[in-house]
Amino acid sequence: MEYYSAIKRKKIELLVVTWMDLESVIQSEEIKSLLSLFGGQFTSSQETYGKSPFWILSIPSEDIARNLMKRTVCAKSIFELWGHGKSPEELYSSLKNYPVDKMVPFLHSDSTYKIKIHTFNKTLTQEEKVKRIDALEFLPFEGKVNLKKPQHIFSILEDYGLDPNCIPENPHNIYFGRWIADGQRELIESYSVKKRHFIGNTSMDAGLSFIMANHGKVKENDIVFDPFVGTGGLLIASAHFGAYVYGTDIDYNTVHGLGKASRKNQKWRGPDENIRANLRQYGLEKYYLDVLVSDASKPSWRKGTYFDAVITDPPYGIRESTRRTGSQKEIPKGLEKCPESHVPVSLSYHLSDMFFDLLNFAAETLVLGGRLVYWLPVYTPEYTEEMVPWHPCLKLISNCEQKLSSHTSRRLITMEKVKEFENRDQYSHLLSDHFLPYQGHNSFREKYFSGVTKRIAKEEKSNQE
Amino acid sequence: MKLLTHNLLSSHVRGVGPRGFPLRLQATEVRISPVEFNPDFVARMIPKVEWAALLEAADTLHLVEVPKEPIQGYEHDESFLRQMHHVLLEVDVLEGTLQCPESGRLFPISRGIPNMLLSDEETET
Repeated sequence: MEYYSAIKRKKIELLVVTWMDLESVIQSEEIKSLLSLFGGQFTSSQETYGKSPFWILSIPSEDIARNLMKRTVCAKSIFELWGHGKSPEELYSSLKNYPVDKMVPFLHSDSTYKIKIHTFNKTLTQEEKVKRIDALEFLPFEGKVNLKKPQHIFSILEDYGLDPNCIPENPHNIYFGRWIADGQRELIESYSVKKRHFIGNTSMDAGLSFIMANHGKVKENDIVFDPFVGTGGLLIASAHFGAYVYGTDIDYNTVHGLGKASRKNQKWRGPDENIRANLRQYGLEKYYLDVLVSDASKPSWRKGTYFDAVITDPPYGIRESTRRTGSQKEIPKGLEKCPESHVPVSLSYHLSDMFFDLLNFAAETLVLGGRLVYWLPVYTPEYTEEMVPWHPCLKLISNCEQKLSSHTSRRLITMEKVKEFENRDQYSHLLSDHFLPYQGHNSFREKYFSGVTKRIAKEEKSNQE
Repeated sequence: MKLLTHNLLSSHVRGVGPRGFPLRLQATEVRISPVEFNPDFVARMIPKVEWAALLEAADTLHLVEVPKEPIQGYEHDESFLRQMHHVLLEVDVLEGTLQCPESGRLFPISRGIPNMLLSDEETET
């Protein structure tokens, strides 16, 4: 209908219902990045979103909302919000204030509809549900009810808080809206690492890979690069969204899909275990450009800007060691030599150098507006915002914490290139007061283990008592 | 290794700088792997291509029907785009070498994967 399509381009107030199993900042930043990708500036009347799965947003059009839902794994469903309140009376009054001409296209006599109730943290009896639906009789519904395949679905959503041990008699909030779309949560199951042919010790869980690709605003026909590609998990998510992908890794065996397997009960990797095979498993092989054995601190790309996004999970030095190639003179004790002599010497790569190299690389090779998305490991007791690596060409978009243990966490950092790279930019960090705090990243491995050894010592002591 | 990739790679041997591009390609095993044609992606790549380097590599591999330069209105020229699609994305060098034109250093390609690792002495500081 023409009228409906005109409506899709008008400003809309949305109720976003999110999943609750990830840090709320990671979720809200995913949604914000996607809204930005689809050209939507949004406003929100709530100051801090995070304590509940409900988020009210105003965005320019329903089309943007639908595009958001085709990409997000953090948002569960969205509704065009018609009314809300802290009690049924407030809800009804709010609904009576909603412009009738906005309701009419979905309620007219030729249409079919259904009303559902979702209650969060409480179960209602069938009787109670029917009562609530009947209470909405004052709404000008003229269409026919169709429970199997209605054209329009409306929902009443009741928020009974988050504490399953303390369920209130009455809901904190009630919302009513027209259902628009659901998110892409099932991608997490379809792309689960458990079913993937080729995995490593630190393969990123599927949900986080999609979230990172969304933070990176990856879109069709982009070129996405991962300089610490490992088994390619992050590339899979980008390929799913239509980007063509490149990866490099310093480890010859991982790139070639050789060596010891990471799966329990499996000793060596099979012939079909490599990054290309992973993409093939999901029907995404056409997006595979190439992978190379390469040292991320010494990249082999010619001068130019050709990556739309750099999305990566650099090694933290715990489950995978941080390495880079070095000279014979610097040989420390206990270094590894790759059997086919592909790596002359392996040095431990100071984490702060690694992030500095990464930001510089991104600043040089990203297109203007392109994004860098990466995980920064942090020793929580010493963390300050100044420790987040900085670069004159890259603007910090978001910094989202995920706890790993009692004293460590990692931060999902998203940056956007806002200025073209000039040669002097690569040394700016030496002049800035941000430089010294970087050094803290170097001892991440020691600090991580110091916490562990202290805990083990404590446990042993208490076992002996 | 696809020819699109070859077109983006450069030697980072110490002192070589921009003269490290393009790497001289030598192939002992090449495979043609069909890839689904996506004209929008190919059109996006055209401005990024260093044409002389591409022609040199295509010549080494004895490829025919390689456009000599981007033509006017290439974004809508399906025949041109299909030819470029084939050259850039469907020709896969499985075994061979890439050679730094300035220092002569060889980077091997095996199982379609180039190995660009150098020791510290060989790279720029």
